[in-house]
Amino acid sequence: MNKIVSKENLSDRVVKFEIEAPLIAKSRRAGHFIMLRVGDKGERVPYTIADSDSAKGTITLVIQRVGKSSEKVCQLEAGDYVTDLVGPLGNATHVDKIGTVLCAGGGVGIAPMLPIIEAMKKAGNRVITVIGGRSRDYIILEDEVSKYSDEVIIMTDDGSYGQQGLITLGIEDVIKREKVDLCVTIGPAIMMKFVAQLTKKYDVKTMASLNTIMVDGTGMCGACRVSVGGKTKFVCVDGPEFDAHQVDFDEMLMRLKAYN
Amino acid sequence: MTTQEYLKAERAQEWRLDIRKKIKNKDRMAFTRVEMPEVDPVVRSRNYEEVNLGLTADLAVAEAQRCLDCVDPTCITGCPVEINIPKFVKNIERGEFLEAARVLKETSALPAVCGRVCPQERQCESQCFYTVKLNKQAVAIGYLERFAADYEQQSGEMSVPDIAPSNGIKIAVVGSGPAGLAFAGDMVKFGYDVTVFEALHELGGVLRYGIPEFRLPNDVVDIEIDVLKKMGVKFITNIIVGKTISQEDLKEQGFKAIFIGSGAGLPNFMNIPGENLNGVMSCNEYLTRVNLMQASDPDSDTPVLMGKKVAVIGGGNTAMDAVRTARRLGAEKAMIVYRRSEEEMPARVEEVKHAKEEGIEFLNLHNPLQYEGNERGQVTRMELQRMELGEPDASGRRRPVAIEGDTRWIEVDEVIVSVGVSPNPLIPASFSGLEITKWGTIVVDDTMKSHENTIYAGGDIVRGGATVILAMGDGRKAAKSMHEKLLRAAD
Ligand SMILES: Cc1cc2nc3c(=O)[nH]c(=O)nc-3n(C[C@H](O)[C@H](O)[C@H](O)COP(=O)(O)OP(=O)(O)OC[C@H]3O[C@@H](n4cnc5c(N)ncnc54)[C@H](O)[C@@H]3O)c2cc1C
Ligand SMILES: Cc1cc2nc3c(=O)[nH]c(=O)nc-3n(C[C@H](O)[C@H](O)[C@H](O)COP(=O)(O)OP(=O)(O)OC[C@H]3O[C@@H](n4cnc5c(N)ncnc54)[C@H](O)[C@@H]3O)c2cc1C
Ligand code: SF4
Ligand code: SF4
Ligand code: FES
Repeated sequence: MNKIVSKENLSDRVVKFEIEAPLIAKSRRAGHFIMLRVGDKGERVPYTIADSDSAKGTITLVIQRVGKSSEKVCQLEAGDYVTDLVGPLGNATHVDKIGTVLCAGGGVGIAPMLPIIEAMKKAGNRVITVIGGRSRDYIILEDEVSKYSDEVIIMTDDGSYGQQGLITLGIEDVIKREKVDLCVTIGPAIMMKFVAQLTKKYDVKTMASLNTIMVDGTGMCGACRVSVGGKTKFVCVDGPEFDAHQVDFDEMLMRLKAYN
Repeated sequence: MTTQEYLKAERAQEWRLDIRKKIKNKDRMAFTRVEMPEVDPVVRSRNYEEVNLGLTADLAVAEAQRCLDCVDPTCITGCPVEINIPKFVKNIERGEFLEAARVLKETSALPAVCGRVCPQERQCESQCFYTVKLNKQAVAIGYLERFAADYEQQSGEMSVPDIAPSNGIKIAVVGSGPAGLAFAGDMVKFGYDVTVFEALHELGGVLRYGIPEFRLPNDVVDIEIDVLKKMGVKFITNIIVGKTISQEDLKEQGFKAIFIGSGAGLPNFMNIPGENLNGVMSCNEYLTRVNLMQASDPDSDTPVLMGKKVAVIGGGNTAMDAVRTARRLGAEKAMIVYRRSEEEMPARVEEVKHAKEEGIEFLNLHNPLQYEGNERGQVTRMELQRMELGEPDASGRRRPVAIEGDTRWIEVDEVIVSVGVSPNPLIPASFSGLEITKWGTIVVDDTMKSHENTIYAGGDIVRGGATVILAMGDGRKAAKSMHEKLLRAAD
């Protein structure tokens, strides 16, 4: 049982939680995720660790309501308990001084991007962040993102905030303008697919953090499998980050619909 | 005293003599083996109740009377933990059921479990005098073991073993499967301060997430774990050793030694076309959804696909569990697809028998080549290769060879791949000082000690997929040798 220390609504659909998990707060690194479960009948679902405070012994999760399980979490209040929480899972992001890193986060993918932005900046990179969403409501964590980015570009589909257009438009502008050494992308699978197509065209190395269906998150079930470079990989233990140009996004999109 | 001398001395006890004299051996041999009372196949293939109902006391005593209390009890050599079989069986014969259970517990940490899931026909019962010399059906050692253990569980008089005074030495156990549980039970008896770390949110390892309730009810496992808790073993769930806490953290927290029983949880796939279609999944995924996450309960949030035409690939216990589960979840056609013949099947004979009674179809000597799906990516059919048996391979089993050109397609809407598991790579990847084989198992010496002095290991992480009783035996052996080593160090 892990206690929720604070809850903040970032938008109608997106909630930020600080949850007690001292061991995880201590050992986690950028790119790691946890699995949690609410209630005895609840399912195990994965969420990225957006931030942590090892002094307070808490981790931060940013959760978007999309269906039954995320809704169940989002209904919890400060002081409530999460039934089970386990982590940190997955491989940490490989952080190095590379040069210019373009971070492309869409929708709730902005939250898991946050620790990567911070780590990349602290490693001495120039960090350009492009965040995108359907409308102004979907743009979350702008202040936090700005703190560690040299430049932040905001894209909305409807133009209600930042520039109008898909996230790929913002990315292409940057790539055309200056040399980008690495692109990191997190967001809906369909968005990552188009980001990968674009950066491939410009031959910019790209890492995508994949959000497949999971059950255990420890390599035990294979529900999270994806094809990368023609080989089957388990996202929870081999990932969650992979070379985006090698990922079979069409297969991933298909597998995400397994239970819909 | 050697084991032989001990067995002889036990056999010479007065009550044993009396019991032997009561019925002539000729008469004992004329009795026929009991039949396990079972739930009707039609009824049970629609529910999750345990299939074997267990022997009544009368049946158990009658079966125990068949045992000849042999001078040379060869049955014991067939049991990986060398349970004193005649001693417990004769206790059943004289009606001392709790005493029988106590005898079991001298050697086995989980008799109620092993009585249910051991492949007895290949272990103890295969070496019984009846099998070896009389060419008759063996004494039903497994049924009797289950009877005595259940009797104790239900009597409400579970004996909590004597515990040595606490020595304050902290020992960590990784994983709560049979290996970890057996190890923890013995170490706590020796007086150690034992903490078991489990990655999942429930305890028991494969006993919980793998083997279904119709074969091993959760209650049976819970009762055993409760006894361990009463004995003072601490259990912490949701901790992945190597991730949540490291080898160094354990050291810092004062743990003097570690036992690794992290199992073989990694599912193998066949890497054939279409295997990533929706509806094709590993046996672990399927059984975990149903057993651990209770996905078949309408109130559970975890979904599970309930196919109508389900094919399970493989011939082991895992495959039988999956196919029988599929049947219970409403499959009209539930099939085993196995590349060898029934004779080579690694599954327990009883499971195959039960599966057949429940209407499971067996496509033996068939091997999948590929899967195809519809426009939504849902599997719809599979291509099968007909096989025949060739020369024996390294394992001594005849090797399956494809019959050139003999293939066919069959319709399926769910496929469960059950072609073996590999050791869980988490510990090997995150611990230093261990020696790992190319199969990913941890190398240990004959005391179950790894390359690193304070780390012992046992069960599937060492054997790469074996049995409950072997895992349990490893745990007990590791406890014994770790205890001796720590004692020597303390001198
Ligand atoms: C590594 C990783 C990190 C993630 N990080 C975040 C994050 O930081 N914030 C965030 O909001 N979301 C994150 N997600 C996605 C999040 O896990 C899913 O949105 C959520 O589990 C969907 O569940 P649902 O019932 O609310 O949604 P629905 O869309 O209603 O899901 C329907 C069904 O599909 C299945 N399902 C769908 N996605 C998943 C999944 N990922 N795991 C298990 N089952 C699933 C479930 O069975 C579910 O009942 C992450 C996913 C992964 C794999
Ligand atoms: C479906 C199925 C049916 C079977 N049927 C039979 C049968 O009928 N008869 C029989 O004898 N055998 C059977 N077996 C095999 C038997 O269950 C195994 O050999 C046995 O369970 C191995 O025990 P173990 O303790 O080594 O590992 P496991 O039972 O696998 O337990 C390992 C535990 O360690 C945990 N763990 C792993 N890594 C970590 C970590 N880093 N930190 C914390 N915890 C960790 C896992 O979550 C798990 O709970 C079956 C197996 C399956 C899958
Ligand atoms: S533990 Fe298994 S092999 Fe040993 S006597 Fe019992 S059933 Fe037979
Ligand atoms: S070999 Fe068979 S008959 Fe002889 S003691 Fe063992 S169980 Fe009894
Ligand atoms: S979630 Fe089960 S293997 Fe990845």
